[in-house]
Amino acid sequence: MDFLNTHLLSLILFVPTIAALIMLLLPNDARLQRWFAFGASLISLVLALVLWSKFDPAAVGFQFEEKYVWYEALNSTFHLGVDGISFSMILLTTILTPLAILASFNISDRVKTYMMLFLFLETGMLGVFMALDLLIFFAFWEIGLVPMYFLINQWGSANKDYASLKFLIYTMGGSLGLLLAVQMLGVLFGTYDLVALYEKWTALPADLPLMGMTVGTVKTIAFWAFVVAFAVKVPLWPFHTWLPDAHTEAPTAGSMLLAGVLLKLGAYGFIRLVLPLYPVESKYFAGALAFLAVAAIVFGAFGSFGQSDFKRLVAYSSVNHMGFVVLGIAAAALAVGTMDARTAMNGAVLQMFNHGLSSAGMFFLVGVIYERTHTRDLERYGGLFTLIPAYGALLIFTSMASLGLPGLNGFVSEFLVVRGAYQPLTAYTFISMLGLFFTGAYILKAIKKVLHGPLDEQWAHGEHKISEINLREVLVMAPLMILMLLTGIYPMWILDIINKAVTALF
Amino acid sequence: MTTELLMWLIPLPPALAFFAILLFTNKSKALSHTVGVGAAFLSWLGAMIVFVRALGVENLARNPFVSRINWMPTGDSYFQIGVQVDPLTAVMLFFVTLCVLMIFIYSVGYHNFGQPKGDHDVKGLPPHGATVDGHAVPSVEPMYSRFFAFIGLFAFGMLALVLTDNVLVMFMGWEIMGLCSYLLIGFWYAKPSARDAAVKAFMTTRVGDVFMLLGIAFLYSVTGSLSYKDVFSENVLRALASVPSGVFGLSAAGLIGLLLFIGTIGKSAQFPLHVWLPDAMEGPTPVSAMIHAAAMVSAGVYAVIRMFPLTSLDPKTMSFIAFIGAFTALFAATIAVAQNDIKRVLAYSTISQLGFMIAALGIHAYVAATFHLVTHAFFKALLFLGSGSVIHGMEHGVLHTGNHKVDPQDMFNMGGLRKKMPITFWTFLIGGFALSGFPLVTAGFWSKDEIFADAWAHGHWAVFLTLALAAFLTAFYTMRQITLTFFGEARTEEAKHARETPWTMTMPLVILSVFAVGYGWLGMPHWLTGGLVPNWFHDFVGSMLTEHQAELGFNIVPLATSLVVALGGLAAGYFMYRDVKSAAEDKLQIPVLVNKWYVDEFYQVALIQPAIWFSDTFVSKWMDKGFIDGILHSFGPATGGVGRVIRERFDIPVVNQFFGDGASEASWWLGRNLRPIQTGRIQQYLVLTLVILLAVGGLIYFLLTA
Repeated sequence: MDFLNTHLLSLILFVPTIAALIMLLLPNDARLQRWFAFGASLISLVLALVLWSKFDPAAVGFQFEEKYVWYEALNSTFHLGVDGISFSMILLTTILTPLAILASFNISDRVKTYMMLFLFLETGMLGVFMALDLLIFFAFWEIGLVPMYFLINQWGSANKDYASLKFLIYTMGGSLGLLLAVQMLGVLFGTYDLVALYEKWTALPADLPLMGMTVGTVKTIAFWAFVVAFAVKVPLWPFHTWLPDAHTEAPTAGSMLLAGVLLKLGAYGFIRLVLPLYPVESKYFAGALAFLAVAAIVFGAFGSFGQSDFKRLVAYSSVNHMGFVVLGIAAAALAVGTMDARTAMNGAVLQMFNHGLSSAGMFFLVGVIYERTHTRDLERYGGLFTLIPAYGALLIFTSMASLGLPGLNGFVSEFLVVRGAYQPLTAYTFISMLGLFFTGAYILKAIKKVLHGPLDEQWAHGEHKISEINLREVLVMAPLMILMLLTGIYPMWILDIINKAVTALF
Repeated sequence: MTTELLMWLIPLPPALAFFAILLFTNKSKALSHTVGVGAAFLSWLGAMIVFVRALGVENLARNPFVSRINWMPTGDSYFQIGVQVDPLTAVMLFFVTLCVLMIFIYSVGYHNFGQPKGDHDVKGLPPHGATVDGHAVPSVEPMYSRFFAFIGLFAFGMLALVLTDNVLVMFMGWEIMGLCSYLLIGFWYAKPSARDAAVKAFMTTRVGDVFMLLGIAFLYSVTGSLSYKDVFSENVLRALASVPSGVFGLSAAGLIGLLLFIGTIGKSAQFPLHVWLPDAMEGPTPVSAMIHAAAMVSAGVYAVIRMFPLTSLDPKTMSFIAFIGAFTALFAATIAVAQNDIKRVLAYSTISQLGFMIAALGIHAYVAATFHLVTHAFFKALLFLGSGSVIHGMEHGVLHTGNHKVDPQDMFNMGGLRKKMPITFWTFLIGGFALSGFPLVTAGFWSKDEIFADAWAHGHWAVFLTLALAAFLTAFYTMRQITLTFFGEARTEEAKHARETPWTMTMPLVILSVFAVGYGWLGMPHWLTGGLVPNWFHDFVGSMLTEHQAELGFNIVPLATSLVVALGGLAAGYFMYRDVKSAAEDKLQIPVLVNKWYVDEFYQVALIQPAIWFSDTFVSKWMDKGFIDGILHSFGPATGGVGRVIRERFDIPVVNQFFGDGASEASWWLGRNLRPIQTGRIQQYLVLTLVILLAVGGLIYFLLTA
C-alpha cells in the first residue's frame, strides 16, 4: 500500500506502457487484445480515482511528487507531480482513453498494433501533464506525436498521408524553438527542474547581459519560441490548418483523443510553462495573444459554418472552442493577481476539461454515423432523426453541450472566461461574441443537415439501411453525457479543485 | 413543508418529467402524458401554496422568501444561486404555472390522444389521419410522448427563470427555453419550413443572448455579484448610475441595462429581432401558446421588469426602450391587419402587445407593464389555444371532405364557425375582446388603460399617440379575425363540417377565459371603485419599487382614448369584413404589409448571404485553404528547391564532378601516363631503382648537412 502511495503517478503513467509491452506476447485474438487494452486503460482510470481520493485541493504547490535521477550528465531528473490544474487534465485523459478504446472495438485491422499505439499515446499525454522537469516535459511532448502519427497514417481515411505528415511536421517544426529555449534554460541554470526554474529564471534582472543580448531580449525571444510551439498545438489562428486535416483523416478514436486531450497539451503548456516562466512577457504580449485567440474564436466559427463535411465542421469547432481557453489565459496573464485573472483562468481550465468531453463526444458521434453511411458529406444525410431517434437525441445533447447551452458544461466555462476577460480585454470580449453567435449557427447547421428535413429514402431501405446506435456506442457516450450534465448543473465537483490551484498560482 | 424547500421544488417536476419520459415512459403515450400533466400539476400546486403564503407576509418586497446555496467557486468565495419569492415573482408564478397546466391538459386533446394510429403517419410530420370503417378520422401524434417531454423542459426553464434570485440563473432558464423553443418549433422536423423556422428562432434570439451575456459579464465584473439583492441595493445602484461606461455617454447602469435589454429584444421579439416569432407558428399550437403567453416572450419582458431598478437609472436607455416598444407596437399591428393565417395574426398581435409592455417600461410605468404582462398572458394563451381549437375543427372538415389542398389555418377558408364550435367561439370572443381592450369587463382594458393613463400623465405624447394608434389597429384586426372566422356563412365545404373539439381542449379555454376577464378586476383603479375594492395589483407589485409610484387619479383623456380606439376598432373590423367572401375582396392586402415590410428579405440579402459567403468562400477557401495552406505548402517546394540548388550547384559540379569524378579522372590519367614505364624489363626497373635511391640519398644527405 505504501508503494502505491509513493509511486502513484508513475503507476498511472506507466501502466499503459507496460500493458502495451505485455500485449506483444498476447496471442493473435482480436477480442482478447481489445479487452486487454480496455482493461489496462481502466486500471489507469481507477488509479486516477485513487489519486483523486487522496488529493488535497487546499494544499499549495505540487503533490505526489516523485523524483528520480534520470540523465545525470544534463542534471535532468525524472520529476513528477500534480496540482489541481494538472489533476483535472489527468482525470480527463484517463477517462477519455478507455472510452476511445471502447469506441475502437469495431476496428479489425491489426488490432494489436492499434491498441498498443493507444496505450503508448496515453502514457505520452499523461507524461506531459505530470512532468515537472522541462526535458521530461519535452520528451513526453514529442512521444505523444509518434503513436498519433501512425494512427492517422495507418488507420486513417483517404487523404491520410497528407494529413499525418502535415500533423507531424507542423507540430515538430513548431517545437524546434521550444527545444532550443529549453536547452538554453538548462545550460544557464544547470537544471531542468521546473520548480527551481520558476524562481531562478524569473529572478534574473532584465538588463543583465546574456549571450550578447540583454536578459530581457533573450526572454522575449524564448517567450515566443514557447508560444509558437504551444500555439500550433492548441491550435491558435493562423496555425490551425493542420487540425481539420488531421481530424478528418484520423480514425474515430484517434480524433476523440486528438481533440479531447492532445489539443489540451498546448493550452496546458501556456498555463504550466509560459505564464509562470514569463510573467512579464506574458503580461506585455497578452494583447497579441488575445488577438490570436479571438481570431481563432471568430474564424474557427466561420470556418466551421462554411464546411460541408461533418467531421471537418466538428474539427473547426475545436479551433473555436480552444480560442476561449487562450482568451482566458491571456486575460489571466494581463490581469494577474486580480479576481478577473482567477475567474478567467478558472474558465480556461474548465473549458479545457469541458471541450475534452464534448469534442470527444462529437467526434465519436460523427464516427458512428460515418461507419453506417460511409459518407461525411452533410448534403447526403437528411431527416435521419426518424430512423435513428436515439442517436439523434445523443447528437442533439452533445451538440448543445458544445454550443454552450446553460445547464450543460460548456456554458459554465465560457461564462467564466467572458466574465474574467470582460474587464481586462473588453474589446476582444465583444468581438469574441461574434464567434459565440456563429457557434450556434454551425451547430444548428449540422443538426439541420443530419437529422432534420425530409428523409433521404436511401437510408431507409435496402443495402444502405441505417441502423440505430448500439449498446457499446451508447456506453461510450453515457459517461461523457453524465459528466457534461453534472458539470453544467453542479460545476463545483471539479471547479473546486481547479479553483484552489488557480487561486494559489495567479 | 417549509416555503424555502417548496420554492426549490417547484421547477423540478417538469424537469424530472422530461428525463423520465425520454428515458423510461417513451413507449407508453398514456403514461407519458400522465407524467407530464402530473408534473405540471405539482408545480402549479406548489406555486399556489407559495403564492398564498406570500400574500400573508407583511411587506413581502422587503422581506422576500429566499434560500441560497454555494454553486461555483470564484477565487476565495463562492458564487451562490438561490430561489426568491417577492411580489413580482409571486404574480409571475401565479399565471405561469396556471397557463402551463392548461397548456399541458390541452395538448392531450390537441395531439389526438385516444385516436387510432395514422395510416401513413411518420415521425417528424404532422399526423394525416386514419381510416376507421371507411371514415377518415384524426390520428394520434406519432411523437406524442416526446412532446410532453419537451414542454416539460420548457416549463422548467420558465420556472427556474421566474424563481431564481440572480441574473445568471435567469439567463440559464432563458437559454433552456431557447433550446425548447427550437426543439418544439421544429417539432415536425421533417417539414423544411418547420426546420428552418426552428433554426431562425434560435439564431435570432441568440443575437440578443450574446449581448445579454456581455451585460451580465459587465454587471458581474463591476458589482462582484449577480444576485438581485446585492445588485439592487442602494449603494450599488448609486455607484452604477454615477460611473460612466464610456460608450454612447451612458452610465454603467445604462450600458448594462441596454445590453440586457437587447437580450429582451431577441426573446420578446421586438423590432428588429421580431422576425422569428411569426415563423414560430410552424410548431404545434400548444407550443405557440407556451411561447407567446406562458413562457419565452413573457420571460423577455419579465427580465426588463426585473432589471427595472437598474435600467431606469439612465434616461437614455429608457428612451431607447420606450422607442423600441412603441415602434414595435405599431409596426407589428400594421402587419397583423394583412395576415390571413389565423395564427399569424395572433403572432403579430403578440409582438405588438409586447411592444406595449416594453414602451410602458420605457416611460417608467412599472406596474402597468407588469399588469399588462399578466393579463396578456391569460388572454393570449386563451386565443392561441382557441385558434388551435379552430384549426383542429377545420382539420376535421378537411378529413371529412378529403380535400387536403384546403389550408385549415387560412381564415378565408372559414366563416360561420360560431354555430359549429360554440365553446370555442365564446371563449375566443372573450379573448379577442380582452386583447382589443373592450371596456370595463375585460382584463385587457384595465391593463391597457393603465398604460395610456401613465403615458398621458407623464407627458409622453409620442408614446401615447403611437400606442393609441396601435390599439386601434389591434381592435380592428382582432375583430377582422373574429368576423372572418366565426361570423357570416361558411366559405368552404370544410368549414361546414368543422366540429367542436374534445373537453380536454375546451376546458382550458373556459378556465383561461375566466381569468381573461376576472384578473382585470384585481387592478381596477380607485376612481372607479371608490376604494370599495383595493387596487390590489398596484399595491402588491408597486411595493417592489423603492420609490412608491402613487396610483394615478382619474383623467378623461386616456380613458376616452381607450374607449374610442377599442370600440372604434372593433366596429370597423366587424363592418368591413362582415361580407367579405374571399381574400381577393380584402382591400387591406397591401403588398408591403402582406410581405411584412420585407424585413426577412432584407436580412437574407444583407446578413445571411454575406455570412454564408464569408464562411465558405472567404474563410474556408481563400484564407485557410488558399492563403495559410498556400504558405505551408510553399515550404515543401521551397525546401525542395534549396535541396535542388545545392545538388545542382554544389553536389553535382563540386562534390561529384570536381572531387569525385575529378579524382578518378586524375588517377586514371596518372595511370595511363605511367604505363610507358611499366615495361616488364628487370634491367629498366633496376636502373630506375638506382636513380631513385641516389636521388633520395642525395636529398637526405643535403638535408642533414645543410
